[in-house]
Amino acid sequence: MSQTSGPDVPIAPNVPNVSDEAGRVDLQRLREELAGRQGRHYWRGLEELAATPEFQEQLAREFPSQASEWSDEVGRRRFLQLMGASLALAGLTACTRQPKETIAPFAADVPESSVPGRPLYYATAVTLRGLATGVLVETHEGRPTKIEGNPDHPASLGAADVFMQAAILGLYDPDRSRTVTYLGDIRPWSDLLGVLRDVMKAQEARKGAGVRILTGTVTSPTLAGLMRGLLAAYPEARWHQYEPAGRDNQYAGARLAFGEPVDSRYEIGKADVILSLDADFLSPGPGALRHIREFAARRRPSGREGNETPAGHAGHAGQAEAGMNRLYVLESMPTNTGARADHRMPVVSSDIERFARAVASRIGIDVAAPADLVERTGEQASWVAAIARDLREHAGRSLVLAGESQPPIVHALAHAMNDALGNVGATVWYIEPVAVEAVAVEPMAVEPIDQVSSLRALTGQMRAGKVDLLVMLDCNPVFTAPADLEFAEALQKVGLSVHLGDQFDETSALSHWHVPLAHELESWNDARAWDGTATILQPLIEPLYDGKTAHELVAALIDMAGRTSYELVREQWRKNAPAGQEFESWWRRALHDGLVAGSARPPRNVKLDRSWLSRPPSETRLVDTQPSKGLEIVFRTDAAVFDGRFANNGWLQELPRPITRLTWDNAALMAPATAESLGVVNEDLVDLRVGSRSLAAPVWIVPGHAKDSVTLHLGYGRRRSGRVGTGAGVDAYRLRTSDAPWFARGLEVARTGAKYPLSCTQIHHSMEGRHHVRVASLDEYRAHPGFAREMVEEPGRDMSLYPEHKYEGHAWGMAIDLGSCVGCNACVVGCQSENNIPVVGKEQVAIGREMHWIRVDRYFEGSLDNPGIHNQPLPCMQCENAPCEPVCPVGATVHSSEGLNDMVYNRCVGTRYCANNCPYKVRRFNFLLYQDWNTPSLRLLRNPEVTVRSRGVMEKCTYCVQRINRARIESQEQDREIRDGEILTACQQACPAQAIVFGDINDPDSRVSQLKADPRNYSLLADLNTRPRTTYLAAVRNPNPEIEEPR
Amino acid sequence: MSQIFHPSTNTISRVSIYGAVFLVAGVLWMLQQVNRSAYVTQAYVAREQPVPFSHAHHVGDVGIDCRYCHTSVETSAYAGIPPTKTCMNCHAQLYSDSPTLEPVRESFRTGMPIVWTRVHDLPDFVYFDHSIHVNKGVACVTCHGRVDRMALTWQEASLQMEWCVNCHRHPENAIQPRDTIARLDWQPASDRAAEGLRLAREYNVRTRTDCSTCHR
Repeated sequence: MSQTSGPDVPIAPNVPNVSDEAGRVDLQRLREELAGRQGRHYWRGLEELAATPEFQEQLAREFPSQASEWSDEVGRRRFLQLMGASLALAGLTACTRQPKETIAPFAADVPESSVPGRPLYYATAVTLRGLATGVLVETHEGRPTKIEGNPDHPASLGAADVFMQAAILGLYDPDRSRTVTYLGDIRPWSDLLGVLRDVMKAQEARKGAGVRILTGTVTSPTLAGLMRGLLAAYPEARWHQYEPAGRDNQYAGARLAFGEPVDSRYEIGKADVILSLDADFLSPGPGALRHIREFAARRRPSGREGNETPAGHAGHAGQAEAGMNRLYVLESMPTNTGARADHRMPVVSSDIERFARAVASRIGIDVAAPADLVERTGEQASWVAAIARDLREHAGRSLVLAGESQPPIVHALAHAMNDALGNVGATVWYIEPVAVEAVAVEPMAVEPIDQVSSLRALTGQMRAGKVDLLVMLDCNPVFTAPADLEFAEALQKVGLSVHLGDQFDETSALSHWHVPLAHELESWNDARAWDGTATILQPLIEPLYDGKTAHELVAALIDMAGRTSYELVREQWRKNAPAGQEFESWWRRALHDGLVAGSARPPRNVKLDRSWLSRPPSETRLVDTQPSKGLEIVFRTDAAVFDGRFANNGWLQELPRPITRLTWDNAALMAPATAESLGVVNEDLVDLRVGSRSLAAPVWIVPGHAKDSVTLHLGYGRRRSGRVGTGAGVDAYRLRTSDAPWFARGLEVARTGAKYPLSCTQIHHSMEGRHHVRVASLDEYRAHPGFAREMVEEPGRDMSLYPEHKYEGHAWGMAIDLGSCVGCNACVVGCQSENNIPVVGKEQVAIGREMHWIRVDRYFEGSLDNPGIHNQPLPCMQCENAPCEPVCPVGATVHSSEGLNDMVYNRCVGTRYCANNCPYKVRRFNFLLYQDWNTPSLRLLRNPEVTVRSRGVMEKCTYCVQRINRARIESQEQDREIRDGEILTACQQACPAQAIVFGDINDPDSRVSQLKADPRNYSLLADLNTRPRTTYLAAVRNPNPEIEEPR
Repeated sequence: MSQIFHPSTNTISRVSIYGAVFLVAGVLWMLQQVNRSAYVTQAYVAREQPVPFSHAHHVGDVGIDCRYCHTSVETSAYAGIPPTKTCMNCHAQLYSDSPTLEPVRESFRTGMPIVWTRVHDLPDFVYFDHSIHVNKGVACVTCHGRVDRMALTWQEASLQMEWCVNCHRHPENAIQPRDTIARLDWQPASDRAAEGLRLAREYNVRTRTDCSTCHR
């Protein structure tokens, strides 16, 4: 990438050059170097620590050398010719007259309550793994443009995660499948109906013995009702479920502990001490948005609430009284949860059980511990003791969580610990499983409950030729099934296979029939949230491509063809609606609110069965992951593509992954020590071998990863997706087997000698090591509440040649609480969706041209092997003394009377002087025409309130000025002032942690003013006297003095 | 040695040096004029429409209020072009067999919109909001002119930024009582500017000339 070498003198101070000439990092020397440092030191990546030439150049130039472009096939001479022509024509373009445009008003049927130019919001839900999260969808003239959380919905509370927000791009994805096909040829839907009718008629005599339905996890009462109808008519038919990221372990663990499968509900906010056994409860998953909200509220030592508590509220003292919580995390791959931990210990996944047993026995549970346990955990024995003591001291106010990927025994141990600590009923309680319609055996004939076994049973029957009709609803088993089941091969032996999916994917290609799936925003449906709350999903737009729903396809199997989803869903709820109420008004209320009131599951009393506790580990371990040599391989769902279903979503693919900051790819993630012993460095292509299966994957070194373990994220390496997803990354499913779905021992890694380029943003937009994130322990904070501000000398307000400028009226500002931020990226996607930000592609990201207006910087602190990890969201600082403004030769970036640093696209001529002069590196330049102006469906996606930028224009965060303007106009029309909290920026609205607060800093009572008055408040690079309007609240950790000596 | 240059060269050089200055100034002035001309702004150019709708007839002769058709002008950024249904409110009875109105009836029958030609077309990077202007006492006639005298509608103002900013700097010249905003023949009782200033205070008018007011 960089052909020019960096400057001779390292720019970053006190950083020795510990890279060789090829830019390879010498990890051993780095480790020694770090060990010798005094005080806190933060670094962004190994490249920065080692001061590689590549990093030096990033630092010096913001955008790396253009060398690659000069040497590509276009060539320099040709480039100048083209430039010459466009320069000559540039002046003329201004002289064109505006072309004729037309207006098409409605004809006869004007939609209800639509006013042209005013958006309408509808409540519905978006599902992931069957679980619904309530959303409000903004529509402009009938086209949905933005998804926000539904504040009334218990799983959202107004926030939205990356998957929910990116669903809007999924709707307009130009690569969605558009027609029903038979063996690849386009066929009418009615043909399929005819075929299905004949098959089902033939099955009648056999009671449907050859009929199999395969779905993911289902919580939809309507779909469950239809399946019930199907299974009643064809009692020998079977319904199988498989979710590549299933929750089998969790249910098996609950069955072990309580004798019945239950879902756990956590009250994170009530827990003072939390122990996570590989549980990433702050990343998208059941109830995660709520977990983040409750967790973040307990990370503010001053007790000030983010968005919720009004200024000067009496509750402050009470909040402070509740105090900060303390989080211990044991995990192999660093996650967002681990990054927020007060104490994080890298532990290989297969060793978590030993730790769980050790902690359990220390808190007085009579659990069998293997002889080698003490030995293996010897060096961390003091850790275990400290955790156990802390948990015991906070009995009834503590919480132990087990990760979805951990074996059932770990879940059972977590249940036992919560029981022993008296946490049940206080910080955790249990409900009947939400997916109960699918889990119950009677009378549903779902078989069997365990999803992996369910799929195994199905493939066995397929291979035996017993399946005459296989209907696959919204799943992609050819890609996601465990490799040892050979699903693709078994599929060839099925009499007739029908696949319903949103893309013509790997499964469609091997099925007889493919039916396009209607998107969730196009169809009527219903689903339950993680707590059981039901939502009726309503369509926002007519299906763009004649998609069908799962309901319609199942209805076609039971002679109900032609029934629409609307009729089916309404019929179901006519039965379910509470008696004594007029149905129509109940229905409208449920649709309006986006949830069915009172449908959350009540707590369920369960009794802990203790008989399994004394059994030795070998008996309780359902899957023997033990010994054999080699490394451990860990499979995880991805923070961007999840299990592969979002692979074709450009917003998600380009989102820098938490911790690694990789984009567009997955990689074999490993600890620095592991990489050293294998003799590999970043971007080396290695051969991963588990048993007889192998896969070539690039290496990426992750400080803080457990040693002797390699993490590989699922969902990449799609063979048939779309223009975005096909071929991105490597397919981890090829190594994943049904007996070890989450981790396995026996991995062998061999070097291939080849390189595979990865696009990582971790050293992009670097600001040099100057106290960006500021962190203190609770004791330090109590001793010096203003520690963050005191770290650098801030120039006084009078340090200017010019008289102080007074901002009359509003003065917009923002405060970001680093203590609350969990680094989930929701703000980045929210901003991308609101502000029409384009996707640039892997090659452009590699040369530092990603366009995100807000980025989340990740800093490591301390040692290579177990560093502290900190996140810092960074939008435009809207400096009062903005360095970008005086250097613009055309006045394209100027200050507004309310303190916004306005960017005027139509004036910008693309000198890039402003970006060069911005110390925060928040300006983004359209080097190429990144916006897709031509694809019709993507034009529907855009927010009409924000200009769609073209090539050659600089852009940056505007504090969502379109929202400010809308609020200003509304308040002025009502002859009032803008209320505090009336304007939510897109990042603030999405943030589940309420870490971002925006408002008027001229109003001393506004929440943002209150936060800026907090002693933790500090300005980034304050010594430059830029006077940023965006300030940060320093993070405060709450370490256990037994483990970490107070500094 | 004889003179190389004829004495008239002095005059010629003076004229050409001074002339060049005037020539450059003249060209710049001309470009400015072209840029402000109706050729570029397309002001005062009546547009062809699929149905020759006459504001002169509907507003001038019949006296229909602007807001009868442009319903969202007080509540939304867009004033709104009426649906065909609005036309048919009257034209189901009046001129119900006129061949000129056939496209209207066809639209009503088929549900397909009448595709009008835009008369006022701001660039895509400009965000104008009707509702705030109307609510602060800027009348329709101030920007759109006497549409009651236009057979086919044309654009009265240049719609150039200079024209916008003039008003934003001196709003008092454009403000009139709120209850008269749809009246095309309203005349200020006395001194327009003084009356405007009083109303601007009463309506709490805060015009802004920040770039982000209109560009975002």
